[in-house]
Amino acid sequence: MSTITIRDALHDAIHEEMARDESVFVIGEDVIAQGGPYTITEGVAEKYPDRIFQTPIAEAGIVGLGVGAALAGMRPVVEIMYLDFITCAMDEVVNQAAKMRYMTGGQASVPIVIRLPCGLGRYVAAQHSQINESWFMHVPGLQVVVPSTPKDAKGLLKTAIRSPDPVIFFEYKRLYTMEGEVPDDEYLIPFGEADVKREGEDATVVAIGGMVGKTLEAGTLLEDDGYDIEVIDPRTLSPLDTDTICESVRKTGRVVVCEEDTSFAGTGAEIAAMIGENCFKDLKAPVTRVGMPHVPMPFAPSLADSVVPQVGNVVDAVRRVMA
Amino acid sequence: MALTEELAKKIYSDMWRIRMFEEEANRQLGLGNVVGALHLYCGEEAVAVGVCSNLRDDDYIVGTHRSHGHCLAKGADMDHTMAELFGKADGTCSGKGGSMHVADLTLNILGANGIVAGGLGPGTGTALASKIRKTDQVSICFFGDGAAARGPVHEAMTMGSLWKLPVVYVCENNGLQQWVRRETVAVIDSVATMAGSYGIPGVSVDGQNVVEVYEAVGEAVDRARRGEGPTLIEARTYRFYGHSPGDLEVYRDSEEVEDWRANQDPITIFRAYMAERQWLTEREDEEIQGATAAAVSTAVKFADASAYPAVEEALTDVLDTSWRAEA
Repeated sequence: MSTITIRDALHDAIHEEMARDESVFVIGEDVIAQGGPYTITEGVAEKYPDRIFQTPIAEAGIVGLGVGAALAGMRPVVEIMYLDFITCAMDEVVNQAAKMRYMTGGQASVPIVIRLPCGLGRYVAAQHSQINESWFMHVPGLQVVVPSTPKDAKGLLKTAIRSPDPVIFFEYKRLYTMEGEVPDDEYLIPFGEADVKREGEDATVVAIGGMVGKTLEAGTLLEDDGYDIEVIDPRTLSPLDTDTICESVRKTGRVVVCEEDTSFAGTGAEIAAMIGENCFKDLKAPVTRVGMPHVPMPFAPSLADSVVPQVGNVVDAVRRVMA
Repeated sequence: MALTEELAKKIYSDMWRIRMFEEEANRQLGLGNVVGALHLYCGEEAVAVGVCSNLRDDDYIVGTHRSHGHCLAKGADMDHTMAELFGKADGTCSGKGGSMHVADLTLNILGANGIVAGGLGPGTGTALASKIRKTDQVSICFFGDGAAARGPVHEAMTMGSLWKLPVVYVCENNGLQQWVRRETVAVIDSVATMAGSYGIPGVSVDGQNVVEVYEAVGEAVDRARRGEGPTLIEARTYRFYGHSPGDLEVYRDSEEVEDWRANQDPITIFRAYMAERQWLTEREDEEIQGATAAAVSTAVKFADASAYPAVEEALTDVLDTSWRAEA
């Protein structure tokens, strides 16, 4: 085991996969200059100068070219500088990448990974702080991946690069510097397998991306209340490991779903509905959600910090379902 | 490659193949066997055939919503293409794509595309793949003059030119954007002039003249194969039918259509060219048309006999479910 950051984990995953497979290449804005905006692609240009493309500011073109290269058998790893900019390439994601296999009756494979740095980072307001995982979960043909630790980030990105179908890969900007242990040997993390990040008996907390760490902190605080929570990190939102979630819910009977994104019509809504459909009789309290109110991200740090869910929001929600 | 008598015969036959296939598809639409949107290519055959006659099997094409002609010209099989329009299990896409998504990846026909300008990025991306792999495959992006207004065209051509990718952008300027005439929504008449913005050659040709198309695209394809980058070719053309079923054609009068059919039919024009060179006897002409008509009729029988896909098939081909991550 080595202790590294999520940034390092992603960087290492890309380097390892590029060494392993000549069809892997990097494309995006500023991916050579400074090794990318978040230095994830640092060193790629030196090692693989023919397999990295620093583009003009043209997200539709970047993703569009990626889709075509993937159709031709390459494995593009696309970086979109801020998730927010993916709106400029939604046709390429939704109408082209996601549907190609289906529309061609299974002939086409589009092994593209689209990396989306997301969430509140520095305070950069409403067009540089979104998450919007649920937009992509809603589209058949996309796989949606949300790592929350260095180990998951590396294993999931390597799996994503090897996947024959499009992957939307969420990277919470505030988690890039998070440290954690990573195995030294080669490993992959399969899609559709949630990770129980903390075992507990009293309440199930399904936490996504940036909320996983906060939920674990909440878990420690809640011990003082005598509550022992189980924390489930789905790791991939599509496919979603419903079995692991339901198994936990059947044990605890109480559920909080936590996301940093806006709650309304969001990821937590889907998970809550799924729990309602499958575990209604096991529930001892209504499923509760923690998420951002239905507002764009404000600029002022005092406002931004007030709308992004924090440890305290998780603690409060657990207390509510336990009451 | 110079136009030989042998190639000319193939070109002539390929244009008939598209014309007869489509007129039959239109008839089958009337009978209710073909359903949904059917964007007919009739009138524009010289473009698809002139372009694809320069291509190898391993070259890529991406199409538009009006792409039966592109697919057939690149070599798509009529039986399976017709079956696709019928929504049958033996269709090129197992009945899951239909007219706007006909594709045959074994021939690097990456598919028609229902989104206007949707193919430009992916088509340019296939050329990026060829560059990375250092093959000399060429990619063709077909698009219409309507698509020229869309942003992805600009982004794709910018990168195509920046990295000198082996791609040829072929704009079929039929002067019509669904129900609107180009001049009412575009300031620039010739799409070829856009090439200057990307620092690539821009060529405008008579899209009713297959020889002109063939020669201009031949030069562009050679240039692309040599690694010298993209060319934008505008083929001025005309569609004989409306945009799709239900088009009342309020944007043109029937005299205009009749005039094009009478004086600008690409097949008639090329027949005269061949006759002048004594490359086509009347008997050969009859044989070509007869054989093509028979093949179209076989395609209809094939499509008719094919089964509709089993309903369970609606749920397959979303993702490759057989794949599992293995270290």
